[in-house]
Amino acid sequence: MRHAHADAGRRGGGAVSATIGVVGELLITAGVVLGLFVVWQLWWTDVQAERIHSQVLAELDWPEPPVEVPSGSSVEGPAVAGEHRDEPPAVDDAAFAEVFAQFYVPRFGADYVEPIAEGIDKAEVLDRLGIGHYPDSAGPGELGNFAVAGHRTTYGRPFHRIAELQEGDAIVVRTENTWYVYRMSSSQIVWPNQVEVVSPVPGVRPGEPLPELTERFLTMTACHPMYSAAQRYIVHAELDYWAPVDEGIPAELLDAGVQIQAVADDDAGVR
Amino acid sequence: MMYGLLWRALPGPAWFRALLLLALFVAAVWVCFEWVFPWFSEYVPINDNTVEAHAP
Repeated sequence: MRHAHADAGRRGGGAVSATIGVVGELLITAGVVLGLFVVWQLWWTDVQAERIHSQVLAELDWPEPPVEVPSGSSVEGPAVAGEHRDEPPAVDDAAFAEVFAQFYVPRFGADYVEPIAEGIDKAEVLDRLGIGHYPDSAGPGELGNFAVAGHRTTYGRPFHRIAELQEGDAIVVRTENTWYVYRMSSSQIVWPNQVEVVSPVPGVRPGEPLPELTERFLTMTACHPMYSAAQRYIVHAELDYWAPVDEGIPAELLDAGVQIQAVADDDAGVR
Repeated sequence: MMYGLLWRALPGPAWFRALLLLALFVAAVWVCFEWVFPWFSEYVPINDNTVEAHAP
């Protein structure tokens, strides 16, 4: 009698400990999976996106800015583009997810260049191609607001250093044949629903009457604070000048030591 | 328990089972990185960077 009772007790204890064992293993598995998710989000998305970014930049195969021999020097160097302040050439509307421009910011480093694609779809554009252009906003150089979004962390983080931008900093957009040099004018931190930051005149809310467009703005939106989506970090800039690519490279990029295709591929000419 | 069962279900000597488990683990990580995590991240908006009228 006593013996049977002890047996039943042991059997019951066995079932309980088996359940605890399985639950424990499930919890350990969940912990490992969550850890892997963090690794994927913070590291692998950068690896993948950076690979895609350099690939799409290489595939653009755009004309190279010309080189010249500056006076007082015997070394061939890239030509400096003139500063044009008349009506810039219009840019055709790009198809969704088409890479139609490049983004240069000397403040972000001499080797900083990122593709700009059409649309702000997260999976197709922002997570893959980098910087996305708000489809309803103006094109580069156009009257109104050329608005772009980019990740500040993960997925190649094109806007990682957005908060370092200072007033007057050059923000340069290149299309196939044209440079658009903007100057940083202001930054602000807003809620995600404050769409007035990307309005043709920043600050004019939807439904409010738009004044006549006289300025050519650029607006960058990124998440804020870092690793959060609670708010948005916004940078506004205004067009300073434009220049044709076949004239050369904007002085702002040359002074910062930014390497443009032409310079990088220069030894091809020597060969 | 589950992993013990898996260990016993695998054929071959111990070193071979360890190798198989490693391969299974790598395959599981790959499936997670390629499909599971990208899908899951759509529902964890920790990275949104756009301004939208319908955003919270």
